[in-house]
Amino acid sequence: MSASPDTPSVTSDTAEPSVVKARAPEKMASNKIQCDACPVLCQISEGRLGACDRWGNVEGQLRRMDPVVIMKRPGVDLVPADPAAWDGRLLHQDAPVFVSGVASGTTYPDYKPAPFIVASRAEGVDMVTVVTEGIFSYCSFKVKIDTDRYLGPEQATVRHQGEAVGHVTTIEYGSQFLSLGGVHHLTGGSKREGRITCELMERLGNHHAVDLEIEGGARLTVQAGRPPIVNGVEERRMRVGCGSATIGIFAKQWFGHADEVVVVDDHITGVLSEHQAGKCLDMPPSGIRLRGRKSTPGRYFQVANPGTGWGGTDIQDPLSIIEGWDPKVARPGLRLLMVSTTGEHAQWYVLDDALVPQPAPMPAPIETVVERIGENCEPALATVLFLGGAGGSLRAGVTENPILLTRSVKDLLTRVTCGGAPAYVWPGGGITVMVDVLRMPAGSFGSVPTPAIVAPIEFTLRRDDYERLGGHADRIRRIEDVWANDPHRLIEWGSDNPWPLEPLR
Amino acid sequence: MNSAWQPVRARLSDGRWHFQQGPIDLVIGAEGEPAACEAAHEACWARFQPVLTTLVSELAWLRAPLPSDGSLPVTGPVAQRMVDACLPYARQGLFITAMAAVAGSVADHLIACYHQPGVRRAYINNGGDIALHLEPGESWRAGVVGNVEAPALDADLEIRAESGLRGIATSGWRGRSLSLGIADSVTVVARDAAAADAAATIIANHVDVMDGAIVRRPASEVRDGSDLGDLPVTVAVGVLAPESVALALSAGGAYARRLVSRKLISHALISLCGRWAQVSGDRTARVPVQQTARSHAPSLALDRPEAAH
Repeated sequence: MSASPDTPSVTSDTAEPSVVKARAPEKMASNKIQCDACPVLCQISEGRLGACDRWGNVEGQLRRMDPVVIMKRPGVDLVPADPAAWDGRLLHQDAPVFVSGVASGTTYPDYKPAPFIVASRAEGVDMVTVVTEGIFSYCSFKVKIDTDRYLGPEQATVRHQGEAVGHVTTIEYGSQFLSLGGVHHLTGGSKREGRITCELMERLGNHHAVDLEIEGGARLTVQAGRPPIVNGVEERRMRVGCGSATIGIFAKQWFGHADEVVVVDDHITGVLSEHQAGKCLDMPPSGIRLRGRKSTPGRYFQVANPGTGWGGTDIQDPLSIIEGWDPKVARPGLRLLMVSTTGEHAQWYVLDDALVPQPAPMPAPIETVVERIGENCEPALATVLFLGGAGGSLRAGVTENPILLTRSVKDLLTRVTCGGAPAYVWPGGGITVMVDVLRMPAGSFGSVPTPAIVAPIEFTLRRDDYERLGGHADRIRRIEDVWANDPHRLIEWGSDNPWPLEPLR
Repeated sequence: MNSAWQPVRARLSDGRWHFQQGPIDLVIGAEGEPAACEAAHEACWARFQPVLTTLVSELAWLRAPLPSDGSLPVTGPVAQRMVDACLPYARQGLFITAMAAVAGSVADHLIACYHQPGVRRAYINNGGDIALHLEPGESWRAGVVGNVEAPALDADLEIRAESGLRGIATSGWRGRSLSLGIADSVTVVARDAAAADAAATIIANHVDVMDGAIVRRPASEVRDGSDLGDLPVTVAVGVLAPESVALALSAGGAYARRLVSRKLISHALISLCGRWAQVSGDRTARVPVQQTARSHAPSLALDRPEAAH
């Protein structure tokens, strides 16, 4: 085998079948199954591996045979860069490497100790990491979609390939939320619903794009860390704020250059001269009369229907939201800006003698502010959090007295990570964890035909604490031992993540 | 088409890229002007997209024994590289399939994206088969580990731009691909990665001897759909008699020398049971041995275009 001196950090050893990750196999003649993990479509006999060495046929089931993923802290050499200084050992004594749960396998039934219980030293403290893959029926993905475009009514069913896989949940400022997956769809509906839900969850968790359809709403394509695509249109910017907030932010910069500004927004459309911000600048009334329902001065609800036009409404012509002008107040020559909350739509008008707004070239100072609205919009993204409950039998792989593990997690004596990514542990009972899938390596999630999702999870704690809570101390192995004897794949640690082996307390 | 089949990529913290799809794993590094390197990486990613699906569409032909006239009806750019690299062996009447050069050909196909002003050096490492881009005056070093099960930096290669050599490949029975021979590793340096890949495979097949300690099984029993059919491939090598090691090494070395004299390759390093054979077209290219843990291994500085095309 050859290696460059800057040893490739992705290495692969031939794996022993150790991982319980399965997909429903497509039955072939005799004992072969067809792998559908890549276009090669290998037909694999029982006990063999496909061309990639990643998937194999174990007792008629297609299983992922990836060796366990070990993570190395970036910027650290595992062997000295100078060949003369190398003693031939593949792992430096205090090399900061972390055995992750990705492809670690499970030891079902749960009373068996977890696949890896690894001892290492960090800053002079003996630490233990219990590494496993959990099989989660109770789990879901929460998807945050940065858009004001109308996605669908709250509580509407979200479908994938025609099956119900989740629902639209509460909207938050600037973003809309979907809850996808969960035990109800996985095992509570038809067989197909469960299978489609499981596939969707696995793909979403593994950083792939998925197509969704919301009942009575939009068609979406979402992928973790990528702009959402709503009805075929890629969303680029998050709105700077609602229409009223936009007025509040930019009022002073428009002042003197425009006589009226309307910020079109599906939620709250703002009118500068009537808004508190305009009043503070002593702006005279313009005589504009807006459609919609007035909330407080200068703030209007429901000027149009939700849609994919200006500011998340369905309008294409912004003038359609103006009912008219008060002839006693409005005057010919009045300068009007209409703009959306992202700056993507903007038009400059001047009132003619009949008090009808006529489009006109936008003056430079106004254009500057419109551009600034755009600059202040953050890129619109879809982001995906995995939410799973690890409070059940999985704990038995860690300790003989599971409640002690739960308490130690709650007392912050045990750190929980998923594929090395920091997990937020939701307060209250159980061990309900929430993780940003983008902080986990791509391909961390698998599934079993139950159907249920397979996700990596690691518990890291001080060795003395582990022994105290009834851990499987006789199964602890040194990191060097795992490194030398277990097939593994080395990847770089996600540098945005805190290093999980840092001692607690 | 299943959309889960799309290639994936991840940036490593030192700026290198990892591209993966199905059985293809690439680690890619580039040095030079940052903008030029980034543009080359993006071009490479775009070029990578259809690679596997195109290969798969012609897989049945590529897995079939290559006719001695090279007449395979394949049109894919990678497939054509594979055929070209394997053709010299088919012409000799040897059994070979175009798959012998698949890894190197993929690397060569993509390294073209880095032939851009501002990119000083670049490499694409496809599971040990490496394609290089070197601007004049640049060089590239590689360490060779002879046996993954007893890892040590066994040899040290340096490839200079003037040599015209742009490919390194390693083969052996212990790696992912199957071998008819018993070499722990055969590392070949050639004008491109495809040529090195095909040669390493064939040389590794020639590193062989009759010895009861060698266990062989039909390729079809080891891996489904193997392009080697029922040919016996090595699955285990027990303790070999010293004379067996010497015989196998000299058989492999003799064959490698023929390839050097036919200008198909420039250099070959063969490792078997801790012993080495080295074949080099240029005797003056040998440089003093680098002091490593096992200093008996050779070092090479490759600066002459020994393997002319």
